[in-house]
Amino acid sequence: MSTGDHPGSHGGEEAQGPLYGGPDDDYTPAQLAGMDKESLNRLGARYDGVEVLHVDPPPAPGSGLEKQAERQVSMAFGAAGLFALLFAVVYVGSGWFLPDWQWASTDNGWSALYTPLLGLTMGGALAFIGVGLVLFVKKLLPHETAVQDKHDGSQFDRSTTAATLMGGLDKTGFPRRKMIGRSLGFAGGALGLMLVAPLGGFIKNPNTGNPLGTTPWAEGVRLVRDDGTPIRPGDQEPGSLETVFPAVAGGNVAADAATMLIRLRPEQIRALEPRKGQADFGYGDYVAYSKICTHAGCPVSLYEQETSRILCPCHQSQFDVTQGAKPVFGPASRSLPELPITLDDEGYFVARSDYIEAVGPTYWNRERI
Amino acid sequence: MATTAVAPGQPTTKIGKAATEIDERLIVAGPLRRSLNKVFPDHWSFLLGEIALYSFVILLLSGTYLTFFFDASMSETVYQGAYAPLRGVEMSQAYESTLALSFDVRGGLLIRQIHHWAALLFVASIVVHLVRIFFTGAFRKPRETNWMIGVVLLVLALLMGVTGYSMPDDLLSGTGLRIISAILLSIPVIGTWAHWAVFDGDYVGDAIIGRFYIVHVLILPAIILALIVVHLLLLIKQKHTQFPGPGRTEHNVVGNRLFPAFAGKATALFFIVFGLCAALGGLVQINPIWLWGPYNPAQVSAGSQPDWYIGFLDGSTRLFPAWDINLPGDYTIPALFWPTVVVAGAMFTVLALYPQLERKLTGDTASHHLLQRPRDVPVRTSVGVMALTFYGVLWMSGGNDLIADKFDISLNAMTWVGRIGMIVVPPIAYMATYRICLGLQRHDREVLEHGIETGVIRRLPSGEFIEVHQPLGPVDEHGHGQLSYGGAPVPKKMNQVGGARRAIKGFFKPIEQVSDVELGSRREQRGLAAAEAERDQLTRSGRPSEGGRPSDGGRPQDPRD
Repeated sequence: MSTGDHPGSHGGEEAQGPLYGGPDDDYTPAQLAGMDKESLNRLGARYDGVEVLHVDPPPAPGSGLEKQAERQVSMAFGAAGLFALLFAVVYVGSGWFLPDWQWASTDNGWSALYTPLLGLTMGGALAFIGVGLVLFVKKLLPHETAVQDKHDGSQFDRSTTAATLMGGLDKTGFPRRKMIGRSLGFAGGALGLMLVAPLGGFIKNPNTGNPLGTTPWAEGVRLVRDDGTPIRPGDQEPGSLETVFPAVAGGNVAADAATMLIRLRPEQIRALEPRKGQADFGYGDYVAYSKICTHAGCPVSLYEQETSRILCPCHQSQFDVTQGAKPVFGPASRSLPELPITLDDEGYFVARSDYIEAVGPTYWNRERI
Repeated sequence: MATTAVAPGQPTTKIGKAATEIDERLIVAGPLRRSLNKVFPDHWSFLLGEIALYSFVILLLSGTYLTFFFDASMSETVYQGAYAPLRGVEMSQAYESTLALSFDVRGGLLIRQIHHWAALLFVASIVVHLVRIFFTGAFRKPRETNWMIGVVLLVLALLMGVTGYSMPDDLLSGTGLRIISAILLSIPVIGTWAHWAVFDGDYVGDAIIGRFYIVHVLILPAIILALIVVHLLLLIKQKHTQFPGPGRTEHNVVGNRLFPAFAGKATALFFIVFGLCAALGGLVQINPIWLWGPYNPAQVSAGSQPDWYIGFLDGSTRLFPAWDINLPGDYTIPALFWPTVVVAGAMFTVLALYPQLERKLTGDTASHHLLQRPRDVPVRTSVGVMALTFYGVLWMSGGNDLIADKFDISLNAMTWVGRIGMIVVPPIAYMATYRICLGLQRHDREVLEHGIETGVIRRLPSGEFIEVHQPLGPVDEHGHGQLSYGGAPVPKKMNQVGGARRAIKGFFKPIEQVSDVELGSRREQRGLAAAEAERDQLTRSGRPSEGGRPSDGGRPQDPRD
C-alpha cells in the first residue's frame, strides 16, 4: 500500500455506501476462486438471465470425426492464406516478373486476366476464411442451446420514472410560469427558422429569361453536323435521318439543341400531315424535329423509316414523322417540336427561328410561357 | 502493492492482469459479460439483415478508396490515359477520373466493381430482409419503429444507388440524370423551382455531379450509419424475435449465446459476403463505362437500363399512358409525375405505415415476440404476394424492350402485357396465395389429427387396403391425434421423426465407430419420450394455464400476453 496519508492517496479503500449491493455481497472472492471455469460461466449466465439448457458435445478428442473436422477447417484456412498470397503475387508482380497489367491495344491477354485474377484470389481468400469459420463452429464447437429471459416493462419503473420527471418539471415551474414557456417556444421556432433559412441559397428563379423555352437556335443559325460541317439539300438519301446542331459555340453539347433532320421519301411526303400552322416549317422533302423526347428528355434516336416512326429507347414512346411527329404509342403525350428551316444564300440549311415551343419534358407552366 | 500473497481470485497470468487493470479503470467486465451472454435465435432467415450490414461495411471500405481517385467535376478535359479507343475524346473530369481509376490505378477497377456489386447486394439484401420481416409478422408491436427505420434505410439505399451511378458521367448515367431532371420538372407547381434548386439551373449545368458527390459520400452515408446504429440498438433492446418451437415463448429467446457460437457464425458470414463481392468484382464485369462513352445529350444507347432496384420505376414509367392533365389557366400536370413521384411515394408510404394499418384492421394491439408462419396469416401473406407481383410486373416492364428483342415479341405488345398485367395479375396472385395458405394449414392439421403417411399399405381382414399412419402424439378413442397446432412446422415425413438411421460419417472409410452411432441412436430412442414432451410443449403458447393455442388460422388473434 502507498504510505501517503493525505486524503485521496489511498486507492478505493473507503467503506461502500450504504446502498451498495450486488453479486459481490453474495459471492466472496474466496468463493469465486473456489469455483471452476464452467460453473463461473454458468453462474454469470444465470446472472444475465441466461440458462444453458443443453449442450451437444463436440466430437471426442482424438476421434476420427474430430481429426476429419480439424483437417477440413485447417484446409480452408490454408486455402485462404494461399489465395491471399496469390493475390499479393499477382498485384505486385504484374509489370515486374509478370506481364504488364495495363490495358494496351497490343495486348497479350494478361491485362484482361489481371482484374479477374485479383477478384478470384481476393474472393477466394475471404470466402475460405468464412468457410473455415463455419466448419469450425459447426463441427468443432459444442452446440449449445441457451434460453434467455425477456424483460417485460415494469410498473415500478414506469411509476418511479414518471414521478421523477414530473417532479423535476414541477420544480421548474413551467406549467405555472407560462410566460417563460411561451417566450422559449417563440425563440425555439425562430431559431429553427434561422437555421433552415440558409437553404434559401439553393433557390433560384426558373422563370427569369425563360431558359426552359429557349434553345441556341435562332434565325439564320446554320444546321451543322457534330463535326461542324453544314448541310445542303441532297446531302442525304431520301428516308434518312441526321442529327444536327446549331452552328454556335457549344451548340453540339447543349442539352436542348439536338435536332433530327429527316429527308422524307416520296410516299411519306404524300402522307404528310403537318401540325396546324406549321405546314411551311419544313423545306422541300426535309423536316426537322427536336431530338429531345417530350416525355422524359431522352434523345429519341431509333428511326424506323418503313413505318415512319421514331422510337425513344428510354420508355418506348413512338412518334410519327408524317404526322408532325405526333406520339402514336407509349407514354409521351406531346409531339416533338418542329424546327422551322430554310436555306441561306449559300444553299445551306438554316433555322428560320428558335423552336416556337419549349422542347423536352412537360412541366407545370409550360403552356403559359 | 507488496506482492506477499495473491488475493483469492486475483489473476496470475499476464493477460488476466492486463484485463484486471483495464476493468479497474473502465468497469466493463459486467457489461461485457452481459453482451457475451446475449442469446441469439438461430435461423437462416435472421442472417439476411446481417448481409445488408456487411455489404454496407464493404461499401464504406471500397467507397473510401474510390474517393482518393474520383474527381467530381464537370469541367471538360481531353482524355490521354491508357485506354486507347477513347484517347483524344473530350469528356468531363468526372468521366476521365473514373476511366483513370479503372485503367491507370493498379487494382482500381477491382475496387470499383466490388463497390458496384456490393451496392447491388446491399439493396437486394435489404429487400429480402424486409420481405422476411413482412411475411413472418416480425414488424408487429413492439417493432413498428424499427420497421419504419428499415423502410427509410431502403429509400436511402436507393438514393445512394442513384447518386452513385449518376456520378461517372458516362452515357448511361447521363441518360439517367436526364430522366431525373424530367421527373423533377414534372412535379406540379414547384417542379421547375425544385429542378433549379437541385441542378442549380437548367439541365444539365455544371453543378450536379459535385452535388451528388457530397450527398453520396457524406450526407447519405452519415444518415444511413446513424439509422443503422439506431436499428441495431432497438434490436438489442427489444431482443430478436423467434419462430415458435419447443420451449420458445413470448418471454424468452432460445438460441446460441453471442460468444463463441454466434460471433463465429456472424464473422464467417461477413467474410463470405466480402469474398462474394470481391469475386464478383473481379470476375463479373459491371458497368463498363468505357464502352458507353462520355455523356452527350444527343446520344443514347438502346437497351438503357438502370441498376436493378430502380427498374420498377422505369417499368411504371414505360407503362403509364400519356395522360397529361390540363388544368384551367394553361397549367399542366405531366403524365410523368404519376408513375414516378406518385407511385414511388405511395409505395413507400404504404410500406412504412403497414404495421399501423394492420394493427387498425385486425385490432391486434398486443406485443408479439413469436413469429408467424406465412400460411397461418393468409390475408397478410396474400397481400404481400400481391404487392410483390405488382412490383414484379413493373420490374419486368423496366426491361420489356430486352424481352421483346430476345424473344422476338412486338415491343408494343410487351407494353400492353405490362399495362394489363399490373392490374390483372396481382389479384390472381392474391387468390392463389390465399388458397395455397389454406391448403397448407389444412394439411398441417390433417397430419396432427391422422398422423404421418408412412407409405406402408396394409390389407385388412375385410379385404380393404389402408395406408398406415404414424400418429405424432397421444390419440383419443377414435385414433385421432390430440395435439393442437402451435404455429411451428409439423413433421410430415417419417425421417423427420427418426424414421431413418443416421448415416455413418467418412467418405472412403468410416471414421466413426459403428457401435457408437448405434448407441447414440438408441440413446435418442430413449430420449423419444422427452422429445414428445417437448413437442407437446411446442403446441402451447408457453403458458401452461392456457393449455395450448387454438388453431386460429388467419383470423386476427386475441392478445395472448
